[in-house]
Amino acid sequence: MTAILELEHVGKRFGGLQAVHDLSFVLGEGEILGLIGPNGAGKSTLFNLINGVYTPETGKIFFRGADITGEKPFLIARRGLARTHQIVQPLMNMTVEGNCTVGACFGRENLPLKAARDTAREAAVFVGLEDRLQTLALHLTIAGKKRLELARALAARPTLLLLDEVLAGLNPTEVEHMIGIIRRIRERGVTILIIEHLMQAIMSLSDRIVVLNYGEKLAEGLPGEVAQNPQVIEAYLGDPKLAAALQGSA
Amino acid sequence: MAAMVTRPFFWIITLVVAAFILFPALGDDVQLRESLALATIYITLASSLNLMLGYAGYINFGSIVFFGLGGYICVWLVDAHHWPLLASLLAAGIGVGALAFIFGLGILRLRGPFFALSTIGIVEGVQAFVQNFEPWGGSAGIYISPEVFTPLGGPGRALWVIYFGLVATMGLSLYLSYGIKISKFGLGLLAIGQNEDAAAILGVPTPRYKAYVYSASAVLPAVAGGLYFFKSAFIQPSDAFDLSLSTEALVVAMLGGQGTVTGVAIGAYLYEELRGYLLVSGTFSHFQLVISGVLLLLIVLFFPSGLMGFIYSRFPRTQKVLE
Repeated sequence: MTAILELEHVGKRFGGLQAVHDLSFVLGEGEILGLIGPNGAGKSTLFNLINGVYTPETGKIFFRGADITGEKPFLIARRGLARTHQIVQPLMNMTVEGNCTVGACFGRENLPLKAARDTAREAAVFVGLEDRLQTLALHLTIAGKKRLELARALAARPTLLLLDEVLAGLNPTEVEHMIGIIRRIRERGVTILIIEHLMQAIMSLSDRIVVLNYGEKLAEGLPGEVAQNPQVIEAYLGDPKLAAALQGSA
Repeated sequence: MAAMVTRPFFWIITLVVAAFILFPALGDDVQLRESLALATIYITLASSLNLMLGYAGYINFGSIVFFGLGGYICVWLVDAHHWPLLASLLAAGIGVGALAFIFGLGILRLRGPFFALSTIGIVEGVQAFVQNFEPWGGSAGIYISPEVFTPLGGPGRALWVIYFGLVATMGLSLYLSYGIKISKFGLGLLAIGQNEDAAAILGVPTPRYKAYVYSASAVLPAVAGGLYFFKSAFIQPSDAFDLSLSTEALVVAMLGGQGTVTGVAIGAYLYEELRGYLLVSGTFSHFQLVISGVLLLLIVLFFPSGLMGFIYSRFPRTQKVLE
């Protein structure tokens, strides 16, 4: 398996807080890698480092062999790396189709407007927003906005997709639906790095898991191994419900 | 461009331009011409401002600096270097556009209120520079002799030539607004206007796009400024860099509906008519800016999407034709 994303000793500090410290891991092409860890472990910061919102202070990040450390977000997007946001960021006064067209126009394929619109519609249909194409993003429900985040990222035809808690705030039916969509995205050959707090979901979706705690890698391995790891359980023990969920799903 | 001519809105713009040319020319109506000349300037300024305000979501209080600088470059080239009018206007447009691009790369790192304040700073800075710049006459300004009108066929015909120049500038500003709106560039700008961080993450090259649009919003006001001050045969810093005209352009864009091409043009026209009425009426002649202030407050409070927002919501079908 060839590596699509490599992190080498990546670190980022905010004032006195070491948000990410000496973190290294490799993501293989076609893989789904789950990223878990208690709140404040540095998961979202890590996403922001990978897609260029923050520049790491130490270490290097390679995407498909190229050094992207410190590159601007729009250049990284053009390379074929797309993401969703934990707190949804729709372009509020634009339609669903418009939002996705932006993704398609400025994503990996850098499509002209007309072709982008077709790709955009296809992406919206893929996530189940086909009857919302002309709805303004601000009128969507939270589940709709989460799907829009995903559709917009997909419209860019990325090779690597970063998913930041796409299941948070959804009801069980919507979670089921979303898991189905994520599986189908992988079937299209897209590599996925996913942050998620819903243990059952992430354990069943991921090929491998990386556990973060206080910005450092606590454990890495198959979902079953990680769930049995005493250190991981301890990290979650401050939150007994999560620890129980973790063991229950193993 | 090819995609544009097949759309009805392109022909609507063309009809408006034709009307601006034909009505005063056929009747040889000088009074109508002067009133419409002012309207073309307001439409050019407001449409250009709209590229920043309505598309990219950046409030520019200093758009007048392009108008004034364009005026200075044109008047100076005609007066001191005896350039023909057309060449001077082109130089004004290109020069000011290039300057705006360089300024833009710097100040467009700022956002929201900080950007807005820096645009006022630019007006003040440029005005202070010009006041002390001897080749441009310092604070006394530049007078040009009536002889410069001779190549255009004397003062009488020159006024018509200048008017057609202003109408052409207005037409270009409308085509430019529309052309950008239906382009990929325009889509990127709209995304920046909605959420700049999200736009960058989606791959919109935000620093470059912002500098381009700031520059694009400078060119036609500079040409209009060149024509306007050539016509007055006089330019001085306090007229060229008058902040109240900047503010009026903002009022006009918001009155008509920022982000729309039609609304901004209609807003500019209505505002100019209202202003003309207020200036000649005995009761209100000193209240023109008070009225525009009150108007701005009322729009922001009750009609944030302006005239076109109101029309779109009452007649949804118009959205398909009127951009």
